[in-house]
Amino acid sequence: MSVDLSQFIPSFLEESFEGLELMESGLLNLQPGDNETIHSIFRAAHSIKGGAGTFGFDSVTDFTHLVETLLDEMRDGRREVTNADTEILLESVDCMRLLIEAARDESDYDTEKVAQTSSRLAQTLGNEQLTSDENVSVDKVGSESATGFNIKFVPEHSLAKTGNDPLFLFSALAELGSLTIHANTNELPALMDIDAQELYLSWQLTLIGEVDEEEVKEIFEWVEDECLLELTPIDNKLPQEKTENEPTFQQENTTAPAIDETTPQIQESQIAAANPKSADEKATVSKTKAKTEVGSIRVGVDKVDSLINLVGELVITQSMLSELGNDFVMEKVERLNSGLEQLLQNTKELQESVMRIRMLPISFAFSRFPRLVHDLAVKTGKAMELVIKGEQTELDKTVMEQIGDPLVHLVRNAADHGIEASDIRVAQGKPEKGTISLDAYHQGGNIVIEINDDGAGINRESVLAKAVDKGLIDANATLTDSQVYDLLFEPGFSTAAEITDISGRGVGMDVVKRNIQALGGRIQVESTLGKGSTFKVNLPLTLAILDGQLVKVGSETYIIPLIAIVESLQIDNKLINRVSGDMVLYRLRDDNVPVLPIYQLFDLETECIEIDNALLVVVEADGQKVGLMVDDLLAQQQVVIKSLKDNYQQVAGISGATILGDGSVAMILDIPGMISMALEKAQYAQKFKNGGDSVKAEVCI
Amino acid sequence: MNIQAMAQDIPVEGEHSIEGVDFITSGDQYLTFLLADEQYAVDILCVEEIRSWETPTKIPNAPGYIKGVINMRGVIVPIVDLRLKFGIGEASYLETTVVIVLTYQNDDKSRTIGFVVDAVSDVLNVESVDIKPAPAFGGCVSQQFIDGLINSEQKVVTILNVAHLQQVEQHPMNS
Amino acid sequence: MTKVLVVDDSNSIRDMVSFTLKSAGYQTVEAKDGREGLSKAQMDGFDLVISDVNMPNMDGISLCTELRKLAAFKFTPILMLTTESSTDMKMRGKAAGATGWLVKPFNPEKLLATIKRVVK
Repeated sequence: MSVDLSQFIPSFLEESFEGLELMESGLLNLQPGDNETIHSIFRAAHSIKGGAGTFGFDSVTDFTHLVETLLDEMRDGRREVTNADTEILLESVDCMRLLIEAARDESDYDTEKVAQTSSRLAQTLGNEQLTSDENVSVDKVGSESATGFNIKFVPEHSLAKTGNDPLFLFSALAELGSLTIHANTNELPALMDIDAQELYLSWQLTLIGEVDEEEVKEIFEWVEDECLLELTPIDNKLPQEKTENEPTFQQENTTAPAIDETTPQIQESQIAAANPKSADEKATVSKTKAKTEVGSIRVGVDKVDSLINLVGELVITQSMLSELGNDFVMEKVERLNSGLEQLLQNTKELQESVMRIRMLPISFAFSRFPRLVHDLAVKTGKAMELVIKGEQTELDKTVMEQIGDPLVHLVRNAADHGIEASDIRVAQGKPEKGTISLDAYHQGGNIVIEINDDGAGINRESVLAKAVDKGLIDANATLTDSQVYDLLFEPGFSTAAEITDISGRGVGMDVVKRNIQALGGRIQVESTLGKGSTFKVNLPLTLAILDGQLVKVGSETYIIPLIAIVESLQIDNKLINRVSGDMVLYRLRDDNVPVLPIYQLFDLETECIEIDNALLVVVEADGQKVGLMVDDLLAQQQVVIKSLKDNYQQVAGISGATILGDGSVAMILDIPGMISMALEKAQYAQKFKNGGDSVKAEVCI
Repeated sequence: MNIQAMAQDIPVEGEHSIEGVDFITSGDQYLTFLLADEQYAVDILCVEEIRSWETPTKIPNAPGYIKGVINMRGVIVPIVDLRLKFGIGEASYLETTVVIVLTYQNDDKSRTIGFVVDAVSDVLNVESVDIKPAPAFGGCVSQQFIDGLINSEQKVVTILNVAHLQQVEQHPMNS
Repeated sequence: MTKVLVVDDSNSIRDMVSFTLKSAGYQTVEAKDGREGLSKAQMDGFDLVISDVNMPNMDGISLCTELRKLAAFKFTPILMLTTESSTDMKMRGKAAGATGWLVKPFNPEKLLATIKRVVK
C-alpha cells in the first residue's frame, strides 16, 4: 500500500526551523564540557536529517549528515569543542536553514555558501582521513564547488621516489583555500603485487577560495614533469563558457593512463559551477522568501477564541437593536441608548481583538541578535555580550517586519563604534567585556526599543569637527548635545575614521532614521562620553490605527498624530513676532517657534484666520518644532488610517485619510512632510526674490 | 441606483423595458450623461454607481477640477468635476447634479473615481462598427479622452475612454 | 487489534509513523521521549514498541533496557528507529535488548513490511 506523507511536510518544516533555532542558541551558549547542550544540538540535527531523508530533501540530508557527524564526534568526546568548530557549526546552521527554505519554496539557494561550508565541514572532519576515498560526503563537496579550482592530480607511480609526498602538496594547497580531497584507489594492485615504494593513488582535489592559478601551479612546480595535472577553474561568473572550454591548464609529460572514474566527476562539478547564483538571483530568492514570510501569521487559539466570543456578543447586540427598531416608540429611547452603548463597547473590543491578532512579541525581531552580536564580536575581535529585555513586548507584525533592518544597523553600529577594544576598556576601569542591551517596552500607545551600549559614547567634538568638515554646519555654530547627535543621522555622515566592514555597508544612519520615520516613529540619542550611548526608537504599535487630535481649520477638519504634538496653547498676541521679512515666530518660553499657516500651505480658500484668535498646536518632527495655527481643537480619538494612494495619489503634507463618526472624510497631517513643504516654499520664494533682484539690477545698469 | 447591476439583469436577447428605459441588448452598452447640453457616454461595465452630489473633503493643493474625496462605504474615492476638467459649461451644484462612480480594472489594480456631471440621461446600445473617430478639430476635450463618436437620433454622443479618464495627473504640490 | 507504542521526540516523525500504522489498521499510542514512553508502557500493554534512539530525557537505548526489566515487556518486540546504521550503535541496541532496527529515512512501505516480521 502506498502512504502519502506529504501532509506532514509543513510540520516537519516547522519543527526543523525550531530545531535550527535550538541549535543556534545552543551553539551560542555552548560551554566546554556541556554535554547536555551538545546532545540536544545533535538531536536537533539528527531529527532534521531523518525527516529530510523521508521527504526526499536530499540536499538537506547530505549536508546535515556532515553536521551530524561532527556533532557525533563531539558528543562521544572524540573531539574537543573548539571555537573554530562552533563557528563552522553556526555557519552550517545558516546553510541548513537556506537548504530547508529552498526545499520548502522549491527555489534555488546560495550554492557557493553551502559548498564552502560543507567543504570546511568535510575538512574539519577529514583531518585524520585525508586520503580516504570512500567518504561520500567529501565526494559530494567536490561536485558542488564554486569559485576555485578542480584539480586532477595523477602522479606517476614513481613520484615518491623523487622525494615528493602528495600530502605535503595538499597541505600547501589547503593554505590557499579550503581543500577537499578525493583519492582514487582503482589503480591499487592486489595486495601481493604492491610495491611499497610505488605510488598507486591518484587524486581529485577541489580547492575553494579566491586563488590565483599561478599560486596553484607553483605548488606543483616540482612535480609537474612527473604527473598529469589538470586545473579547471570554478568560475561562477562565466559558467557557460567554462562548461564548453577545455581545461585551461593541462600538463601531460608522460602518458599516464586516463582515469575514467574521475571524468564524470569533473563534468559534474562543472555543471554545478554552471548553475551558481549570481547576486541578482540571490536577491530574487530572498525576495520570494520575504513574500512567503509576510503571507501568513500564526495566531494563538486564545486570540481566535476571544474574537469568536466578541462576534457572538456583537450578534446579540445587533438582534437586540433590530428588534428594538421593528416598532420603535420614544419610550424605548433609553433602551436604544443602552443598546448603542453596548454596540460601541462591542465594536471597540472587537477592534482591539483584531488588532491583537497582528500583534507579535518582539522576540521575533530580537531573535537574530544573539547570533549577530556573536558574529560581530568575532569579526571585530572585541569582547561583547548581548542582554535582551522585554522580548515579550508586542507590536504589529508589519511594524516588526520593517523595524528589523534598522535595528540590525543600530546594533552593528553599537558593536562597531560603541564598544571599545578590551585593553582600552580595562585601562578605563570598565569590565573587559562590553555589553550591548536591547530593551523593549510599551509607553503610552507606543513601543520604545532601546539599543544601549556601555562603550565609548559619542564624542561631541569629533562629531562637530566632522560636520564642519563636511560642510553640514557652520564652524561657529553653537549646538546643543541633541542637535549634535542629530548630525549622526545626516546623509553621508559617518564617525568611523575609516569605513569598516561592519557598519560601512552603504546604508547610513540617515536611512535608519528615514525608515523609522516612514513607520511613523522617531529616534533619539543619549550619550555620555566614556560611559556609552543609548539609541531610543519610538514606534507606533500599529500602522493601521493612529491616535489623533482632530482640529478645525476653516471648514475643514484635520487630524494631527498625537505622537507629534508637543503642546497646544491659546495664542497670546504679545508673543507673536514678525521677523526677517514675513516670517512669523511665536515665543514659546525660550524658543522661537515658526508658525505654519495651514490654510496657506494647503491653499485653502478660507477666510483668513485671525492669528490672535487662533490656537497654536506645537508639533515636532526631525527635532524641528513648528506651530500649526488652527481654529479649534476637537476631540482626540483613534482613527483608522486609509490610503489616498489606492484611488488617487500620495499628497504632500498628508499621510492618509480617515473616516469620521459622521461618515465624512478627514485628512491626516504628515508633520515632517508639512515642514519640508514649508521649507521648500520658503526657499522657492527666496530664490524668486533673489532672481527678481538681479533682474532689477540688470535693468538699472 | 446601481446601473451596472441593472444592466446585468437584462437577458441577452430581445427588447426589454425597465423603469421606462428601453434596452436593446445587442452590442455594448453605454451610459450617457450631460455636460451642459452635450452628450457623453462611458462603458456601462465601468460604472460602479451613481450618487447624488455631496460636498467632498478637500485635498490640499489639488487642481481645481479635483473637488476632493468622499467616503463610499469605507473606501476613499476622489471626486473629479468633468465640467471643470473639460472646461464645459458651469460648475454648479444643483439637485440634478450627480456623481458617476467609475471603476477601471488595470492588471491587478483597480481604481475608483467619481465624476461630477450635470445629469445622467440614458443607456445606449452601440455596435462597435457604429463608433466613428472624432474629427481632430480640437474641442475643449483632449483627444486622449475620446474613444469616438456615435449618433443617437439627432444628437452626437462622445464616447469617453475610461482608462484615460482614470489617470490621475501628478500635480505639483505648489504651483 | 495490534497496539503499537511510538516513541520519538520529533513530532513529524512520530505523526508519520503513527499515521502509517493507523492507515494499516494498527492502534497507536505516542510518546515524545523515553521517559514518557516508559510511563505509558507501565500503564498499558503493547504488542510492539517503535522508538527513536536519540531523544531528550531518556534515549531509546535506555528505554529498551528499562522496558526489558518490566515483566510485560520481556518478550515484546522493540524496534529502534534511527539514522544510525553503524555497527556500534546496533551492538549497543542489541545489548539493551532491541529486537531489530528500522533505518531512517523513514519509508512507510518499508516500515509496514518490516514490522510484519515481528507482529501480526
